[in-house]
Amino acid sequence: MSQEKAGGLPWDPVVPAGSFTALLRSRGLEPRWSLPAEAAALEAPEGTTVLAFRYAEGVLMAGDRRATAGNVIAHRSLQKVFPADTRSAVAISGTAGIAIELIRLFQTELEHYEKLEGSRLSLEGKANHLAAMVRAQLPMAFQGLVVVPLFCGFDEGAGRGRLYSYDVVGGRYEETDFAATGSGGPYAKAYLRGAYREGLAEEQALDVAVGALVAAAEEDSATGGPDLQRGIYPNVVVISAQGYRELAEERVAAAARRAMGGAR
Amino acid sequence: MTVPFYVPPEQLMKDRAEYARKGIARGKSIAAVEYADGILLVAENPSGTLHKIGEIYDRIAFAGVGKYSEFETLRVAGIRHADLKGYSYARSDVTAKSLANAYSHALGQIFTQEVKPYEVGIMVAEVGETSEANLLFKITYDGTLSAEDDVAAIGGQEEQLTAHLRQSFRPGASLPEAVGWAVAAFQAALSRTLQLNEWEAAVVDRTLGRRAFRRLAAEEMTAR
Repeated sequence: MSQEKAGGLPWDPVVPAGSFTALLRSRGLEPRWSLPAEAAALEAPEGTTVLAFRYAEGVLMAGDRRATAGNVIAHRSLQKVFPADTRSAVAISGTAGIAIELIRLFQTELEHYEKLEGSRLSLEGKANHLAAMVRAQLPMAFQGLVVVPLFCGFDEGAGRGRLYSYDVVGGRYEETDFAATGSGGPYAKAYLRGAYREGLAEEQALDVAVGALVAAAEEDSATGGPDLQRGIYPNVVVISAQGYRELAEERVAAAARRAMGGAR
Repeated sequence: MTVPFYVPPEQLMKDRAEYARKGIARGKSIAAVEYADGILLVAENPSGTLHKIGEIYDRIAFAGVGKYSEFETLRVAGIRHADLKGYSYARSDVTAKSLANAYSHALGQIFTQEVKPYEVGIMVAEVGETSEANLLFKITYDGTLSAEDDVAAIGGQEEQLTAHLRQSFRPGASLPEAVGWAVAAFQAALSRTLQLNEWEAAVVDRTLGRRAFRRLAAEEMTAR
């Protein structure tokens, strides 16, 4: 007799232990977007520039706040950097609606696994799982709805921060020092190539991150620079041995003022 | 054609209840007690890996006694229930009340319809914004659901533990104090002193942020 019918509790022995996505699929609840072929003409809001690099204590991840739909600024204060769990962070670029849903699923998946198994997935395991989730979006990418995340975290086994970049087909690439993606990504990367140094302290790393986002915003109309009038600043988070931590807005604001003063 | 023996339903239920109760009485117990910032759950559990207490959701903990495989099934089902609900709606929509109801329903169905009832007793604890909003549910092998105040216990020494804890409980105590009550209650109920590695304890504590569940280290289990 089916337990589900008996209990109203969703326990189905067929569901592979630990996988939340498999559980959703077995209930027909997995997020799906089935699009007609001409959906490429759709203009969904897109998130733009996010970056991550290693610093003295782990990794730092930052993102601008703008979402654009064609020439329109769709959102001024979109959050693109999220905690994946207490030891890792994920940032998104591409179609915002799909990407944010993907992150929510990814977060739930990691927590679900941790609770069922009593231990966290390894950092590499998390990175691989995210790759599979991006790969599952491939048909959507062909229709112009692209999601490209960045993932970073503190590897408790190796005792250091690690970061991963992705491509649209779900390719997963571990980066040694820094990575950036989104429409302003190349400009941010160019800035990082010049400014990045091994073992940056947190305060210096913050300046480098905000500087890179300001540089990207200078060149790319889809990237939003710090908005001093409205008080909208980039999201900056760090992941160290102590775990995930968002940097206080006033610190980011101060760094933004320094960077804006320096941008000529 | 063989005619099956007629067994009156009273007898059937009595037999099943007795079977389940015997199984549970053989096992170890778990006690729960409220303190200033949340709810403490303490179990006698010599195994460091096979847990009896677990995290279900942000503010909800699970504790089970009896047959490990059976309460483990219930724990996993609870996590799936909570994560599905939280993902489909919002995190704040996952409540201990709906979870306890689902458990009660499931255990009730299993008790009457399966070949063998589950030999388990479980507790669901949810820490609220204030101590008044804390919830502590107990669900027995036959699906009987009861809401408890301040203290609760399940397992073989259920009654002794509850009685001891009721005596020592006072509202607004610190965590070390609550640990002390639980340690004393177990030692009185078992009439022996437990080693530090024989305890399993966890809290759901409203000061810990979104995920309120935390396991206590062995060193924290000292009576004072």
